[in-house]
Amino acid sequence: MKTYLIIMFSAILTDNFVLSKFMGICPFLGVSKKLSSSLGMGAAVIFVMACATMFTYPVYSLILEPMGLTYLRTIIFILIIALFVQLVEMVLKKFMPPLYKSLGVYLPLITTNCAVLGVTLINIDNKYNFMESLANSTFVGVGFTLVLIIFAGVRSKLETADIPETFKGIPSTLIAASIVSLSFMGFAGFTS
Amino acid sequence: METYVIPILIFSGIGLIAGILLHVASKTFEVKVDEKIEQINEALPQINCGACGYAGCADYANAVAENDVPANLCKPGGNETARKISQILGKDVVEIVPELAVVHCNGDCNATTKKFIFDGIQSCVAAKRFYNGDGVCTYGCLGLGDCVAVCEYGAISIKDSIAYINKSACVSCGKCVKACPNQLISLRPVSKHIDVACSSRDNGKITKLNCKNGCIGCKICEKKCLSDAIKVVDYCAEIDYEKCTVCGACYEACPTGAITNCSIKI
Repeated sequence: MKTYLIIMFSAILTDNFVLSKFMGICPFLGVSKKLSSSLGMGAAVIFVMACATMFTYPVYSLILEPMGLTYLRTIIFILIIALFVQLVEMVLKKFMPPLYKSLGVYLPLITTNCAVLGVTLINIDNKYNFMESLANSTFVGVGFTLVLIIFAGVRSKLETADIPETFKGIPSTLIAASIVSLSFMGFAGFTS
Repeated sequence: METYVIPILIFSGIGLIAGILLHVASKTFEVKVDEKIEQINEALPQINCGACGYAGCADYANAVAENDVPANLCKPGGNETARKISQILGKDVVEIVPELAVVHCNGDCNATTKKFIFDGIQSCVAAKRFYNGDGVCTYGCLGLGDCVAVCEYGAISIKDSIAYINKSACVSCGKCVKACPNQLISLRPVSKHIDVACSSRDNGKITKLNCKNGCIGCKICEKKCLSDAIKVVDYCAEIDYEKCTVCGACYEACPTGAITNCSIKI
């Protein structure tokens, strides 16, 4: 139980993928304009991360490792991730067209979101077993969603703020992102 | 041999499984797309210029089919495309008035001078940021060709250091209108060929000092206009093309040559 708690806290807070490891910045900046779309994006990423791990872990430990083909892992993981992103896309298009529209290009871009590939590779590097890998992936996804939601809040305040012309738009967003990232530094050492 | 065959087999095996899964999923989660959207998309010119105000031809096709968006917004496609779209939707055809981009500056190198030599990045936006550009008139054409760069039809060229639009090549996509940092370019109906070729908001004396061809805000055109279409706002004449009858009275009356009539002067 203790391992899972540690995995949970480190994945969500101390080693947050977006703010501490700087992975998945593209959707973080792209989709965090509105709370509804950031929730949708977060749910999609959690689903893709969990499902991808469910398949990449057995593929790695049962096929690649015994055969000594571990060098194939990156490309095979990408293949599996792409499969699930496509699935999510189809499901969203069918059942949630408004969310599909608001996510736009960022939905297929989950495929190349390094956070997803990163989590599957880190699971293996950290020598987690299957359940731990699954927990880690899910909580990394939860951490991603949390940051997206926090940042959607920050951005809604930024829209009404009186910002100098030069900093309007992306520059002010990046500065805000760095401040949110700094605040997460406060969790450093929490789990060790 | 084994070192090559087994990885390839494994990789293609996983790929095959993924492919089959996706195929099954695409059948189960199939979304019927309105046939009209595809037909409209085919009727559009597919140059994705964005003149219609949508993010490309496919986006406009969607908007036309699903919402009550006018079918005649595609400027490069012109009336032919508007007719095709209207046919697909079963609506009445609304003709588009052909438009043209015009530059509201006539301050070429013979008419105006430079206040310094701009040696920075050769772009109008950069020059504009550097003390409002190198020309003595801060409203005029900077002549570094941001509009030339953005025009996909090669319709704009720089002649005597001001932008010149080739009327036969312009499709009125409006990209140059957005590109000009001095907002000198606007679209107007092709048939209304009277233009105010100056955008100077300085008063008459300063404009006269800066440029031979500038509009000095004398209001003669306002008085001569037969249809009340021309107004001087901030020392610069503006034509309301809704009212303009292209009689040419303002063009003949203008003492500085700030009003041009392109049916005469090509």
